[in-house]
Parts: sequence; C-alpha cells; structure tokens
Amino acid sequence: MIPAAFEYHRPSDIEGALSVLAEHGDEARVLAGGHSLIPMMKLRMADVPHLIDLQDIADLKGITIADGIITIGAMTTQHELINHEALFAAAPIIREAALQIADPQVRYMGTIGGNVANGDPGNDMPGLMQCLDAQFILVGVDGTRKVPARDFYESAYMTNRDDEEILTHITFASIDAGYAYEKQKRKIGDYATAACAALVTKDGDKVATASIAMTNLSDVPVLSEAAAAALIGTTCDTAAVKAAVAAALEDIDPTEDNRGPVAFKMHVAGIIISRAIARAWSRA
Amino acid sequence: MTKQIVTMTVNGEKKEVLAEPRELLIYVLREKMGMTGPHVGCETSHCGACTVEIDGKSVKSCTMFAAQAQGAEIKTIEGLGSPENLHVLQESFKEHHGLQCGYCTPGMITRAHRLLIENPNPTEEDVRFGIAGNICRCTGYQNIVKSILSAAAELNAAKEAAQ
Repeated sequence: MIPAAFEYHRPSDIEGALSVLAEHGDEARVLAGGHSLIPMMKLRMADVPHLIDLQDIADLKGITIADGIITIGAMTTQHELINHEALFAAAPIIREAALQIADPQVRYMGTIGGNVANGDPGNDMPGLMQCLDAQFILVGVDGTRKVPARDFYESAYMTNRDDEEILTHITFASIDAGYAYEKQKRKIGDYATAACAALVTKDGDKVATASIAMTNLSDVPVLSEAAAAALIGTTCDTAAVKAAVAAALEDIDPTEDNRGPVAFKMHVAGIIISRAIARAWSRA
Repeated sequence: MTKQIVTMTVNGEKKEVLAEPRELLIYVLREKMGMTGPHVGCETSHCGACTVEIDGKSVKSCTMFAAQAQGAEIKTIEGLGSPENLHVLQESFKEHHGLQCGYCTPGMITRAHRLLIENPNPTEEDVRFGIAGNICRCTGYQNIVKSILSAAAELNAAKEAAQ
C-alpha cells in the first residue's frame, strides 16, 4: 500500500504549522498520531499533497492541572493520558475511556487532539468530551477561539474547525462525580457498536446532577439532556434508569453497518447506557 | 516527489537512507536497511507483525512514514538478540512453544519486550491486554502468554541475582 506522493512538513512551532496551512489551504492536513489519517492515505481515500507533522511542536504536548482546570495539549497520546497519575486523580474517566481505545500500539501514537478533531463518529473522546462539557481551543492566523465540545460536531468528519485552524488544547474541570465509560466492541481495535460516558453526582440518596453522552450511535456524538433529566432527583432505581435509557435512545439515530442492523444497535445501546449509569452511580 | 535523507538510529547504529516522504517505515527498514525481522502482515495497522520500538513506544511500522522517524531511536527484533545469543524472551518462546509458523513472532517479542520494561511483574491478564495489538493465527495465544510470563520471571530472577 503506497499512498499518493506528498510533501512532508515538520514545523517546530504553531506559527510555522499555520503558515503552511494558510499557504496550501485544503491541500494541506495536519498529522497528529496518524492512526486515522495514514490508513486513509494508504487506501488513497485521503489525498494530502501537503502533510504537516505536528510532532516537534512542544506547545501541543503535556497535561497541566491548576485550580481544578485540566488542560491537555492536543498531541498528548492516549498512552500518556493513561499513565498520568495526576490526571487519573483529577479525572479518572479519561483513563477508563482511553484504555478502551484500539490496542497498545495505537495508544502509543494516537492523540487526544486527533481523536476529537477528526470528527469520526466512531472515536471515543468526542462523546466523552461532551459528557465533561470540555472546551476545545482552536488557533488560526486570526487568533484563538474556544468552542464547547457540545457545539463542535456538525456531521461525520465535519466540525466547527476551519480548514486553516489547528486544535491545540482541550480543557475541562476536574471531576467530582461518579463516572463510567462503557463500550461494546466486536473485537480489539474495532470502533464501538455502542459506547456511553456517564457522570452522576449524589445529594443524600438522590441524583443531584447527571451527564450522559454516547459514541457511534449517530453521525455525531450525542449528549442526552433528556436522559440526565430523567435521573435527577431520583434514587437511580431501576425505573429511573429505564426512563433515562428510553430518553437516551430517543436522541440517537444509528445506521445499519457491519456492526449490525439498527434494531441491534438500539438494543446494545440500551444495555451499555444502563451499565454506564449504574456504574457511575455506584461510584458517586 | 523528491527523496529526502532520513537519519535514524536502528539497534544502536546510525543509519542514513534516501526515502520519499510517502515511504512507510516498515518498507524502509526491510528494503533499504535489510532489517527483515519486522514483517508485513496485514498492512492495515491491525496485526502487529510490523511492530518495532521507537523512542520507547511500541509502534506498528506500517502506519508510520519513515520521515516521521527522522532522528528517532529504533529497536527491531534484530536488536534484541542474535542466533548465538538469544534474548531471554526468544529463549522462552522457544522453550514454551510460543510460536508455530513464526510470522507474528518478531512483532510479538518486540512488543513483549516493551511490555516487560513498563511492567516487569505482569499478571496473565496484563500480558493478554498488553499484546492485544498483536495477532497470532497459530498458537491460540496460550503458549505466547506462558512464554512472556516465564521470561518475566526469569528476567526478575536475574535482576535479583545481580543485586
């Protein structure tokens, strides 16, 4: 498998990357871990005359936690997310989700920035970022802007990011809630048949707040406010979970593919959502 | 597209090759450097036969352009042991029948090597999770897992004896 020829750029700072993007417009793409883009280039389904490798840009790496706000550089790998103890203490759901992505080799290379920016409905981080109400920092020649993860996804592979912008950082508040990321996949390395991120907080024996988001069950990640509303104020008993699952299923629109027909996906989604809620509640 | 000079350190030796940016690392290793240990299996990032170690990471070298490895430190199965002086992992795979056809073995052992550096005392579950990116179609994995666990014990015993 030999991809079409391209010119390889390896800038050492964001300005350098932006100037290549500005010069070549939609002929240029940035490369993060490359485990989505390179396979597409090998299949010649992505034509990238100018490839901009971001690996030398130090500003895009690393995790900082200050005043309860977590900031993660876009080039931080899944492997680094998994092994960062302070991040685990502040937001353990990140490790739980990252461990369910692909396989070890892919996690050494795959980055959180690539995962959220690519807009692939099968990627796990977008739904999780919606659950956490994360913000994406985008930098372009005209400056920096912040877009909530909940407003970022438009349709499959289409996002709010302009072609000439780079997603540089992701920020969200540290988590003080019961959490779970549940995923059903056919085999290691596959995308989810259904996956769900859940956060639940407790006040006495009742649900105080809830956040429920789903992966690969529509052409974009789906945050279900109705599912959260169905849980709040309840004791998270069987009837409440059932109502939340019913509400979540109303919000998704899976399509038939090699992972199964729509009815099967709805069935799996129901089980995964209820497991995510139950586990998050057990940790609340 | 014009070829560029790519330099990398492979198994401790500085290498310099001419490669187009689109050339995948696995082909540069195999065809331009003669490192035929890492294999081309599926070529689609699934099977792990092409696994090499790059700057302390296990990487499927079919999913990386050689240009990305400019300046990198690479270890392949050739750098782990030699026919006269097998690595503990290689010896253990031989001892426990951790291979049948052998096609996945270089990638499997290179991955296991990294796994044991990061986790010198793995449980069986750790080993299975840690080699989940490497597919074997012969063994059923049972003896591969046994080989890795036995190598871990042996490496730990050697470390203890040295102290």
